[in-house]
This record gives sequence, structure tokens and C-alpha cells, in this order.
Amino acid sequence: MTFELIAQEDGFFRDRSGEGANCVRDEGFCPDWIADNYDRYVTPFFEHVYLTVTSVAIGFVIAFALALLAHRRQWMVGPVTGLTGTLYTIPSVAFFVLLQPITGLGYTTAIVALVCYTLLIIFRNVVTGLAAVPPDAKDAARGMGLTDRQMLWKVELPLALPEILAGLRIAATTTVGLAALAFLAGAGGLGEQLDRDPEFKSNVAVAGGLAVGLAAAIDLVILTVQRVATRWQRAAA
Amino acid sequence: MSVTIALLGPVGDALREFGDAIEFIFKARPSEGGGIQVGGLGEIWDFTRVHLLVSIVAMAVACAIAVPIGLYLGHRGRGEFLAITVSNVGRAVPALVLLFVFLAYVGNGPRVLTLVLVLLAIPPILTNTYVGVRQVSREIVDAAQGMGMTGAQVIRRVRLPLAMPTIFAGIRTSAVSVLATATIGTPVNVQTLGEPIFVPQQYGPSGVLGAALVIALITLAADAGIGMAQQAVTPKGIKLAEQGGSRRGRLALPTRRREASA
Amino acid sequence: MTFSTRYILAAIAALILALGATACGSDDDEGGGGGGGGGESAGGTLLESDPANAETTLTVGSKNFDEQFILGEIYAQALEAKGFKVDRKLNLGSEQIAYKALKAGQIDAYPEYTGTSLTSFFDVDIDDVPKDADEAYELAKEEYAKQDITALPRTQFENTYRIVTLKETQADLLKGAATVTEVAALPNADELSIAGFPECRQRTDCLLGLNNTYDWKPEFVADEGKYTPIEKDRADLGFVFSTDGELTSGEYPIVEDDKGLFPPYNISFGIRNDALEKIGPEGREAIEAVQKPLTEKVMQELNSRVSIDKEEPAAVAEAYLKQFGFVE
Repeated sequence: MTFELIAQEDGFFRDRSGEGANCVRDEGFCPDWIADNYDRYVTPFFEHVYLTVTSVAIGFVIAFALALLAHRRQWMVGPVTGLTGTLYTIPSVAFFVLLQPITGLGYTTAIVALVCYTLLIIFRNVVTGLAAVPPDAKDAARGMGLTDRQMLWKVELPLALPEILAGLRIAATTTVGLAALAFLAGAGGLGEQLDRDPEFKSNVAVAGGLAVGLAAAIDLVILTVQRVATRWQRAAA
Repeated sequence: MSVTIALLGPVGDALREFGDAIEFIFKARPSEGGGIQVGGLGEIWDFTRVHLLVSIVAMAVACAIAVPIGLYLGHRGRGEFLAITVSNVGRAVPALVLLFVFLAYVGNGPRVLTLVLVLLAIPPILTNTYVGVRQVSREIVDAAQGMGMTGAQVIRRVRLPLAMPTIFAGIRTSAVSVLATATIGTPVNVQTLGEPIFVPQQYGPSGVLGAALVIALITLAADAGIGMAQQAVTPKGIKLAEQGGSRRGRLALPTRRREASA
Repeated sequence: MTFSTRYILAAIAALILALGATACGSDDDEGGGGGGGGGESAGGTLLESDPANAETTLTVGSKNFDEQFILGEIYAQALEAKGFKVDRKLNLGSEQIAYKALKAGQIDAYPEYTGTSLTSFFDVDIDDVPKDADEAYELAKEEYAKQDITALPRTQFENTYRIVTLKETQADLLKGAATVTEVAALPNADELSIAGFPECRQRTDCLLGLNNTYDWKPEFVADEGKYTPIEKDRADLGFVFSTDGELTSGEYPIVEDDKGLFPPYNISFGIRNDALEKIGPEGREAIEAVQKPLTEKVMQELNSRVSIDKEEPAAVAEAYLKQFGFVE
């Protein structure tokens, strides 16, 4: 097999010999490079947000429903806690891998795993929050003639709200951290970008910083909602 | 009917893959590239040994650091902000990020991995120790001091035993996350149970699944084990009081009262 | 599902440029397939877009390292310049995952190394792999054909293993040894350490090969970085690849594989037969044309732009296609 050499290589090869200290070539922390290349982090960042928000939302719906069921049927609490606890204990790396024969590579696998991790925390906090509602409040509500359902939605849940939001907070920040490993399930995210060049300090700083920043931001948002809800509680009391 | 058959296909596939994985754990076979043997109990045990060693050392160091500090701060009632912040920051930093930061700035090898694991393990233990000590009621502490106990004695004889369940809850949480993170040893040249998962070109899909199964089982066992230890160190008085309340399974995780949820 | 807007934008840009070139430059021949003949800008044949191709979509995949990203982009952009629609699934993972995806139809094609396909897919023992590049390619082509996959002609460059060290290490520790045989003969040979990707441990064309062919058992340091371990003093030598950009700097003396341990690793674009029919001779020609200028030196330059200059593979691929006259 012969090859025609297309000889217009001239001017194509850059001179990289001993040009002295160059931040990027030395794999250091380079603000200029970051400013020029921040857009390669945009998609991973939004993938990360998508994974986190979707997983927490789905996890919340499931765990909340389970907790409401368990509220009237105390016998459920043990088994559900045990099951969600078991899911929670399985290391994320293992979980992302174990799901692949069933759900393949991609967002589905990652989200299934991430949802499972949120279940225990949210379930536990909703149950505990509801259990901590003072009996007086419930008596008063019954005295006013509220049905069970009305009591749940108008009295118990509002009083349990701070606890529920605390659980949501923990679940959300934990999920951001776990989503960093989602690339092992083929779902992208900031972890993938981080893994592409772990020795390049700028990359580690930006990808890592964005992940931590995202977690902090979500934490702050929910914390604020939590505080507002608590203050409103106390004001209404 | 056709739906069932259609389902059987993927289910059958999945079952077969898991079967291969279990076989990987017990029987050695040539690697994907054909050069060496992989799999089998011997190799799995080697990985497990490294995995457990790194994890246990990290937990020991983390406890040695976090428990005394938590006890002191909790007893004095200082540093609540610190305890809460440590907990929040600890949760927000993904383990992977921490590992790569250390790889980029510090180096590789088992020492670096252990260091990262220690840093990961400290927040839950510190926070839980602090909270556990704080929630020992004022009256009990006053009574103890009324009996003439010194500060150190109060800590040792009163606060610590009463705080044990909460502290153990924190240790349990830490242990699970340490075991999980020890999986990511390959980037720093440490061959833990995560090695087959990160080098699928060598261990094959059955190796990847097999390792994942072993990791999951070990973590569940450790969690259950510490849970039992947690029950063992719970002073009888509290256990009885607990039973009077709602019923919870033996493996159930602690209620809000016992675990920090800052 | 990867929504990489950057890739899409780059592809659209390339397409517009290609269309523009077609409109501006050449003959008034309308209709009929694009084919060659259009503006001979700088020696390379400009790829002309054929509107009829717009109805065909191809999914191009790649494995998960820089060179693969670049190659994937080059092929993808070349097809797009011809007017085809291309979906990209770069960063698939190891060759096993890529091959599985290819056979299952999740991707239509991806670039694979001849040596790798023989040892990883077709169960050829490393020692039985032909040392001649053409023979290795022909054998791979035969095997692929049994799977209804066509291995398009090989590139002239190969990406094989090289063993490198630092200048000081070669002078001091290795006493100036320049071939692997010489290193293996050193008295402290087995105390030396060599770094490589974790999977190198099992490969008879990597660490195992050193054990078997050269009777040299150095300590192995698993590291994802190639030059970082020797730079940061984590290992004395390192397994690197012949198309690495870093090799152009002259900072890393190569310890020569004088016994020819490493088999040929030329790239061949493996495409499923049904997909090959879809893109027809036009698509095929584009692929074969666009890989011709890829010499080892050019590949090193492209790799450097990604690994050292930290540019995006898509941009690097585009610059390559422009330089050699395939797009404008």
C-alpha cells in the first residue's frame, strides 16, 4: 500500500521547544486559559444539574409517597427503612456498574442509582418530621372537626416542613457529590470532565469548583426556604 | 405472552451476566488481552485486603482525630458553627474531586488515598460526636457535677456513654462512605476492589460486575456489623426507652434525634 | 445522548464553509454527485457537499482518549463536509465497549487499531500478530468481514508503544542505555520502575512483553498520566505512545524496542456493512482521502494541540481539515 504524501505540512507544526514557563503546558492553574475555555464546562455542568435535579425530584416523590403510606401504618417504617438503607449502603461506583446489565449505559442508569440514594434520607426525614408533630396540635385539629386527610395536609405536614426540607437539603447535596461519578454509567456530568485531565490543575479547579459550588448553591437555596418556612411557622403559631 | 418472552430476553441476559460475575469471583480465567490470569478468590482476596486495610486505617485515624475534638467542643458548648460547617462542606465536596485534587497537587500511592479517606471520614464523626454530646440533657450533667465529678469525669462517665449511639451512627455513615470511596484507588496506583471496575479492558465485564458485587456485599456487611456494635454500646436505659416508643427493625438507621441533620 | 452544542456549531460551520466553497469556486456543473474535481486549493481534494446526502445519518463513535476524539472528529467532519448528517458518540470507553456498540448498531463506525482488534476481538495471540503493517491490516480486515464489518484501508501512521525516560535518568540510572536489551542487561534492571496505564499489566505487548521477550521485570507503577509519572519522579521509565505530542519536544529520549516486541497499530475505520452502503462510494472516498496526510509527525502535532495546548478535539480536527485543503 502506498501513500501520496500531501506535502503542505508547512506552517502546521508549532514550536513547543523550551519556550520557557507556559502555564498551560506546565499544567498549572491558568486563569487566562480558563477564561478562554470555560465553555467546555457548560454542557457537563448542565448535565450535572439535570442529573441532580431529576434524581432528587423523582426520589422525593417516591420517598414522600412511601412516608405518607407509612404514616398511618407504622409497621411499614422498619421494612422500608431497611430497604432504602440497603440501597443507600451500596457504593455508588458499584451501583452504577451493577445496573448496566439491566439499564445499559446512559442517563437512565445514573438516575436510577441516584434516586435510590435519596430515598432513605428523604423517607426518614418525612417520617420523623411527621412523628414529631406535637399531640396537642393534632388534638386541637381533631377538635376542630378536621378529617384525617385535612389534618395531614393542613396541620401535620406544615409542622413537619422544616424537617422535610432538612432531609431534602442533605439528599440534594449528597446527590451532587454522587453525580460526579455518573460518568461511570455513561451519563456525563462534571466528573467526566474532571476525569479527562486530572493532572491539569486548571481543569481540576474548574470542574471541581463547579461541583462544589453547585452543591453549596443548592444547599443555600433550600436552607433559605427552610428558614423562611420555619419563621412562618413560628409566626403562625 | 409475547411481552413475557420479550422481557425474558433482557432478563435472561442480565441473569447470565450476573452469573458470569459470580463465576469471576471464584474462578480465575485469562484476562481480556490474554496475557495473564485474572479473577478467582486469590486475586479477589488481594484486592479486598488492600481495600479493607486502607479503609480501616483511615477510619481509625479519623476517629482518633474527630472524637476527642467533638467531645471537647460538645462538652464546652463551643464551636457549633464549626461542627455544622464542617459537616456541610464535607457533604458538598465529591470524593472524586477530592481525590483528583490530591493527585494533582500532592501525589499518588496508598498514603495519599488514606489521607483522602481520612478527610472524608472526619465530618460525619465530628458532627455526630458534637451533637451526641450536646444532647445529653442539662439536668444529667448538673446532677453529675453535683455529685462532684470533674469535667473529664463528666465526659468519660456521663456524656460519652450517653452519646455513644449517636457517635456510632456517625461512624457508620463514615465507614460506608470510606468503603465506597476506597473503590477509587486506581487513579492513585492503589489496587483495591475498584481496580477491575476501572480497568475493564483487563478484567472484562464479568470482572467489573464481580468486583461491584463484592464491594456491595462488604459494605452491607460492615454497615450491619457497626449497626450491631451500635446496639451493643447503647446503654440499656436508652434501649428500653426506645422500645417503648415506635417499633423499628434492628437494622433501622437512627432517628433524627440521634443523627446530625444540620 | 450528548448535547454538545460546540460540536454541532463546529460541524455547521464546516458545512457552511464547504457549501460556500462549492458555490464560489468551481464549475457550473449542477446536479450529479459532488465527487472530486472542485477547487484544488492546496493539494488536498476539497470535500464537496452533495445535497442528496442530507437524508443519510451516520453515527460515528470513538474510544476515550485524545487521539480517538481527534480521529472521530476528523472522520465525522469529513462526512459532514460531504453533506451527510453525523451523530457523534465519542468517548465510548474501552475497545470492548466500542466494538459491542458497533455490532449492536448503537454506532455505525469507529476508528480502531489493527493490533488491538486482533488481540482484543479476534483472539489472536500477541506473538501471532503479524509484524508487518499490511499483513496485520489484511488479517484484521478478514476477521472484521466475518462480522459484517468493513475495515477501511489503514492509515500510514501507527500508534504503538514507546518506552521513554528523562534525559537525566538515561544518563545516570541507565548509564546511557538506548535500547531495551541494554537496559535489561543492567545490574539494577529489576529495581527500575516503569509507569503505564493499569491495563498494561496484562498485556503481552506491554509490561508482560518486557517480562517475556526481554526477560526484564521492572516494578510497575499504574498511572493514568503518561509523562507525569516520570516527570514527578513516580517512575524511572514510562510506556507512552508513538503519536504523543510530548515526543516532539525532544525532552524524552526513547529507549528503543530493538526486538520488535510491539505489534503494528495502524488505524482502520471500521464501519458496519449496512452503514457503508448508506454512505456509498462518496462517503467511503471521503474517509479514505481525509486520513492520507496523517503521518506520525502530523498526528503528534494534532495530539499536542489537545494534550499540551488544551484545545478541543473538534477545533483541532477542523484546523487539520483546513490545513490540508479538505474544507475551507
